[in-house]
Amino acid sequence: MAKSPFRQSDMNLGQRLWQINWSFVLLISITASIGFGMLYSAANGSFDPWASRQMLRFIAGVFLMLIVAVIDIHVWLRYAYLIYLISLLLLLVVEFSGTIGMGAQRWIDLGVFTIQPSEIMKISIILLLARYFYASRLEDVSRISHLLMPILLMVIPAVLIVRQPDLGTSVLLIATGIAMLFVVGVRIWMFILGAFVTIGAIIPLWQFVLRDYQKARLLTFINPERDPLGAGYHILQSKIALGSGGLFGKGFMGGSQSHLSFLPEKQTDFIFTMLAEEFGLVGGLLLIALYILLLVYAFVMSLRCRSQFGRLIGIGVSTSFFLNVFVNIAMVMGLVPVVGMPLPLISYGGTAMLTLMFSFGLLLCVYIHRDVQISPGSADGD
Amino acid sequence: MHRDAIRYKTFSRRSVILLGGKLTLLSGLVGRMYYLQIVQGEKYKTLADENRISLKLIAPKRGRILDRFGRPMAINQQNYRVMLVPENTSDLEFSLTQLGKIIPLNKQDILRIKRKLKRKRRFMPLMLRENLDWNDVAKIEVNAAELPGIEIDVGESRFYPAGSETVSVLGYVSRVSEKELTGNPLLELPGFRTGKAGIEKVRDLDLRGKSGTTQVEVNAFGRQIRELERREGQSGAETYLTIDMDLQKFVSRRLAKQAASAVVMDVHTGEILALVSTPGFDPNAFNRGLSNSEWKALVSNPRAPLNNKAIAGQYAPGSTFKMIVALAALKKGIVTPRTKYFCSGELELGNSIFHCWKKGGHGNMSMVNAIVQSCDVYFYEIALRTGIDNISAMARRLGLGQILDIELSGEKRGLIPTRAWKKRVKRVSWQKGETLLAGIGQGLILATPLQLVVMMARLVNGGKAVLPRLAIDSLLTNDGSELSNGSEFSDLGIDTLYLNLMKTAMTKVTTSPVGTAYKARIRKPGYQYGGKTGTVQVRRISEAERESESGVKKNKDLKWAERDHALFVGYAPVESPRYAVSVVVEHGGGGSTTAAPIAKDILFEVQKRYSSRSRINGQPDPNGPASLNKNNIGG
Repeated sequence: MAKSPFRQSDMNLGQRLWQINWSFVLLISITASIGFGMLYSAANGSFDPWASRQMLRFIAGVFLMLIVAVIDIHVWLRYAYLIYLISLLLLLVVEFSGTIGMGAQRWIDLGVFTIQPSEIMKISIILLLARYFYASRLEDVSRISHLLMPILLMVIPAVLIVRQPDLGTSVLLIATGIAMLFVVGVRIWMFILGAFVTIGAIIPLWQFVLRDYQKARLLTFINPERDPLGAGYHILQSKIALGSGGLFGKGFMGGSQSHLSFLPEKQTDFIFTMLAEEFGLVGGLLLIALYILLLVYAFVMSLRCRSQFGRLIGIGVSTSFFLNVFVNIAMVMGLVPVVGMPLPLISYGGTAMLTLMFSFGLLLCVYIHRDVQISPGSADGD
Repeated sequence: MHRDAIRYKTFSRRSVILLGGKLTLLSGLVGRMYYLQIVQGEKYKTLADENRISLKLIAPKRGRILDRFGRPMAINQQNYRVMLVPENTSDLEFSLTQLGKIIPLNKQDILRIKRKLKRKRRFMPLMLRENLDWNDVAKIEVNAAELPGIEIDVGESRFYPAGSETVSVLGYVSRVSEKELTGNPLLELPGFRTGKAGIEKVRDLDLRGKSGTTQVEVNAFGRQIRELERREGQSGAETYLTIDMDLQKFVSRRLAKQAASAVVMDVHTGEILALVSTPGFDPNAFNRGLSNSEWKALVSNPRAPLNNKAIAGQYAPGSTFKMIVALAALKKGIVTPRTKYFCSGELELGNSIFHCWKKGGHGNMSMVNAIVQSCDVYFYEIALRTGIDNISAMARRLGLGQILDIELSGEKRGLIPTRAWKKRVKRVSWQKGETLLAGIGQGLILATPLQLVVMMARLVNGGKAVLPRLAIDSLLTNDGSELSNGSEFSDLGIDTLYLNLMKTAMTKVTTSPVGTAYKARIRKPGYQYGGKTGTVQVRRISEAERESESGVKKNKDLKWAERDHALFVGYAPVESPRYAVSVVVEHGGGGSTTAAPIAKDILFEVQKRYSSRSRINGQPDPNGPASLNKNNIGG
């Protein structure tokens, strides 16, 4: 069998760029553009302060994505553990000296910009698990001993993030990990066992780890009318905004709930509500359809990959992306607690945009190197 | 490689399951969206509208009150207020300092403002001062650039141009008290006022008008974004009174510095031309809100400014009651006009001696002379023979002892006792001595100045049961334009001969040199008036004082509160009576020395004012409701 140049990692830059799935990039751009429009509306018809900055970030994000994509996949394999380690260290730094923002310790201020280690961890955990399992055989993953280490490495950052406190990201981290464990072939009974262990752990978690406001959110989630002017106010107003949108919505920039400030944080967490208020069910469905398209693309790209490492990255990235989308939309509809999670590609926010584009870069990298074989020893530098 | 294939197979199978799970969850979201937006869409639309639309009331303009010629008695004045909008100033301290150069603000004011601001949203204006004068308004407007956040706002507030001079008719408005709250949201509007006394109170509902509404779009913080819909309210009805504002002012000034009251009435129509109680008080101060010390001063004033003496002051009518006794005696047939009694200066009844005001007596007295000279003994004699129940019946017929339903709050009934009444209420029998006292209008009998003027009117208007009226619309006949001439009042059934006898006697009170009001006569021909004086003791005169060398103490030697009440009831002109007046001066001294001159001035003034006019109403007056009809009232 003649070796195609693409089966190896010695493609030149031009070839790699050529191999990028440009239709996926286009899909991302379309989705992001919807976001720009919503941010324009959120500022009552102004690019300032959100839409213009979000555009710049997106452009920066596209460049970041392309850079990540064209880097040799072996590099990611080689440095996966290191990246994880650095992320963990950063998380520990926030734990001890994080800047307080939005009532939560999430940022490290580097002067020029701030970084959010929990966001970085979302990628690192994918790289970590892909690296750990890329050479594992089905027999390996059947042994609990083989799984203890990765589970521990998942739980440590998750606990650190929950303590920040950021329940949403923490759950997302664990769920992404579980999805990856699922696809590498971990036995179903182990998941059932894990579920029982988790339930057993929740009781002390509730009593000792969760902060009062998190408990309040959970309780109010069960019954938002419990506190219509306090914790439940946001969910209630969000439901009113969404519901009043009807089939076709109130028109661009016509959302009374959003524009009269009944809707909290309309430019970030509740931007989907604003979209659904202004464009109705039709608008909401369109955006969800775009997300589904992106998910299917990611799925196809992952399965198309010849290396287990690449496939795992693909599944990890798409699952993380999905969870972001799902939790956010379900949250604004009052289906899950308000955990503070932005809507990918749409919500205003720098770190979230850059990490997302980074992960899409990884996905594209996987796609570029879809035919590259990665042998069990290649992590150590061949 | 085989192992890899199995692993890949597992991987792809589980990936498909995973993707399937994701898509299932996302379709769950779609279902939820469908539920919220389509199934429950209407409900949430309503909720969203309730959120964004705030319904506000627009306070209606209070109806003006005008006198019989359309001259404003109660109007709405623009009330200039200084407002501070916190969000419009970056430096509150600076704005207040600058403002302090125009209107005085002391440190306490500034502290109070800052305290209030803490509780307010930054876009909600705070009222700093109201009722600014035009000078200050101009200064603030001119310096607007140096006064960031300071704005002038115009509201409306009730204003009474004649102030205390019309307060006994108009009453006043003031802030709504908690007791008044009925759930009507209008009453809860900031700055809303309701009538608390007088016409303002009685006609409050008409004067208020109907509130309008405005639908305002508000944001989550309550800030108004824009007006969506406005429904104008209806201004309160303009109310025309029978009062002649100039005469009201004249009477008011004539009574100034006294604790007194006077009512002027058209004897045929019952229209009240003036109704004054002094001392008055400034109704505008009530509207503004009284300070504690102002309130205390009003309440503790011994001359009781808050008491509307014209309708709520109850006095023994004294000698002004004598016409009633005379008529009762004539009706009963006890006396004829020619019957004479001898006045020795006193009358003995049982163990008591009843004195005439004139020591030494009047000698032989006929009825006319007894009224002209106000002989007490004559009336003791005829009262004793007529009996209290007959006297009381006549008194009631002439308007005493009953509520006359003038449209003012606080009208009192007075008291016209009968034997049965005394038995029922006091549980003791009527004494003859009491009938004697009733004969000179003292003892238990009480009447208000309003009742006295009605009595006077009924005596001279041909015996018609005229009733007092204050508002012009009630005088309109059904077909519209004509004002009542009084013909609708029923006849009292008193012999015209007797009434004419009373008129003759009352005319002589001022025209005969022995008349008690001769000194207060009007000399100008054609302007003469008739009437009756009354002097009412408010203290008991002991026999010892009466017998002492200096005799009964003179009023000027007594403390104010022990002096006699001075009364006068009168009418003019004597030939064809048109106007009746009653004057009561509390502790004013004698009826002939204090009350009669006042009545004279009032009756002279009212005749002068209307001498060129054939009628009080209906005369051409460019400002007045020359031909009032129902359609243009309040229009």
